[in-house]
Amino acid sequence: MTKALSIQNLTKTYASGTQAVKGIDLEVEQGDFFALLGPNGAGKSTTIGVISSLVNKSSGSVKVFGHDIDKDLAAAKRMLGLVPQEFNFNMFEGVLQIVVQQAGYYGISKKEAVKNAQPLLEQLGLWDKRKAASRELSGGMKRRLMIARGLIHNPKLLILDEPTAGVDIELRRSMWDFMQELNAQGTTIVLTTHYLEEAESLCRNIAIIDKGIIVQNTSMKALLAQLDMETFILDTAGLPEQLPEFEGYDIRRRDESTLEVDVKKGAGINGVFATLTQHNISVLSMRNKANRLEELFVRMVENGSKNGEQA
Amino acid sequence: MSDQKLTTATLVTAQTSIWTAFVTIIRKEITRFMRIWVQTILPPAITMSLYFVIFGNLIGSRVGQMDGFDYMQYIVPGLIMMSVITNSYSNVVSSFFSAKYQRSIEEMMVAPVPNWVILSGFVGGGVLRGLLTGTIVTLVSLFFVDTIHIHNIGVVISVVFLTSVLFAMAGFLNALFAKSFDDISIIPTFVLTPLTYLGGVFYSIQLLPELWQNVSKANPIIYMVNAFRYGFLGKSDISVEVAFGLILVFIVILAATCLYLLGKGKGLRS
Repeated sequence: MTKALSIQNLTKTYASGTQAVKGIDLEVEQGDFFALLGPNGAGKSTTIGVISSLVNKSSGSVKVFGHDIDKDLAAAKRMLGLVPQEFNFNMFEGVLQIVVQQAGYYGISKKEAVKNAQPLLEQLGLWDKRKAASRELSGGMKRRLMIARGLIHNPKLLILDEPTAGVDIELRRSMWDFMQELNAQGTTIVLTTHYLEEAESLCRNIAIIDKGIIVQNTSMKALLAQLDMETFILDTAGLPEQLPEFEGYDIRRRDESTLEVDVKKGAGINGVFATLTQHNISVLSMRNKANRLEELFVRMVENGSKNGEQA
Repeated sequence: MSDQKLTTATLVTAQTSIWTAFVTIIRKEITRFMRIWVQTILPPAITMSLYFVIFGNLIGSRVGQMDGFDYMQYIVPGLIMMSVITNSYSNVVSSFFSAKYQRSIEEMMVAPVPNWVILSGFVGGGVLRGLLTGTIVTLVSLFFVDTIHIHNIGVVISVVFLTSVLFAMAGFLNALFAKSFDDISIIPTFVLTPLTYLGGVFYSIQLLPELWQNVSKANPIIYMVNAFRYGFLGKSDISVEVAFGLILVFIVILAATCLYLLGKGKGLRS
């Protein structure tokens, strides 16, 4: 089956000499919810820029649903919807005007565009604001407007570059639901985000890019299976001055009543509880220190930095 | 046979698509300059009224006749052309640079809009504003002259349209190179305004010594103003055919340059 996105040996060197992308190969299956992660300056935005024709590539090839951007750019563009990281609409134009204009650039008549825009704006909670100038919208509304604009031509591949940046948790959750629904309807989604919890809960496949190269490209499940240790936080009723020995566990005191425990995969946490019970330490609550993907991500990027230093 | 039908249908769809994109840009441009009509439409009416009062009524009455016409009648075509040139240029330069600055130009760049449609759309917007202000100035002039003499309506319409296209494209080129708001005011202030004032709007170059007549002929605006004035009064300091040729050559050069730079992504894509 034709890949939704196929990138081969993509490189980009800016006029300043900075080599932002150093030969990336990447494939995204149709219908996938794909995470493209990486630290700031890793090359994510440059890659997205090349796919969406906002950045000139230096070499390599990019195909969107089989349409090569060098040979059949218009067809590739029709398949693609982009929700960029930075707000990039005219601040003086109205919400409906922005969305309808975008449809017009894809050849959709104004009448048809208004008809399509209404359910989309209603679903994103913007229909009541359709006449408001975009500069009058809150940050969350502006993000949703960019999503509506990116979807108005019904793209088969949607690229979401930090779509929930600066959005409160309630709205973020509703945007996740929206994205999942969209994906369930058949739209392939490529997501970049700094909220790794977001990528972990939404995406089925993942690529991690660092310093212009792909350092990991696998399924989310396979990636998380690589995690050999988890860290738990235990809130206790109170800790003795001298902590007891926890054989087989690495335990640290965070404050007078909180413990941090590293548990190896498969070791279980019962041993910790047994020791705590033995020393009359009551556990009030327990939670993960951070989400699992975040730990792996930090580890991979740190390893990448060390390897880079050695090289 | 069915393949041929399919190809024709695809072609028609692509053409409809391109037309819709072009109309969308035009509509966007009209909405923009009408939304800020106090900055775009009103000033030319006021400025040109002042020119008519000061140069036409007060000073013009002492100047007497120019090329066999009342001074007021003589300057009307030049003043209309002046507002058309200024507004066509400034509409495109400010609209396109603003789209670059706010990055809303990316809305068109990610969509399947060919570069020539982007150029035509912005130029079309500039031409519409230029012609609208030109019409307003013409109406204002009716308060100061009894009748507007028209020698050849075809020349009037074609010269004003082509000149408007030319300066709208020049504005587009300026905006492509501009990196700051200063860059979009330098050319209008230091190049366009002096060339317009020295472009035969207020005087016939026949009044100048021969040396300065020849120097004046290096100013392209002389040709446009004179050809336009010929359409009204039937008098021109230069050959109207040469003026048409020059305008068309400028349009072709500017269009080719703009399309080349758009293709390269000058000022738009890194």
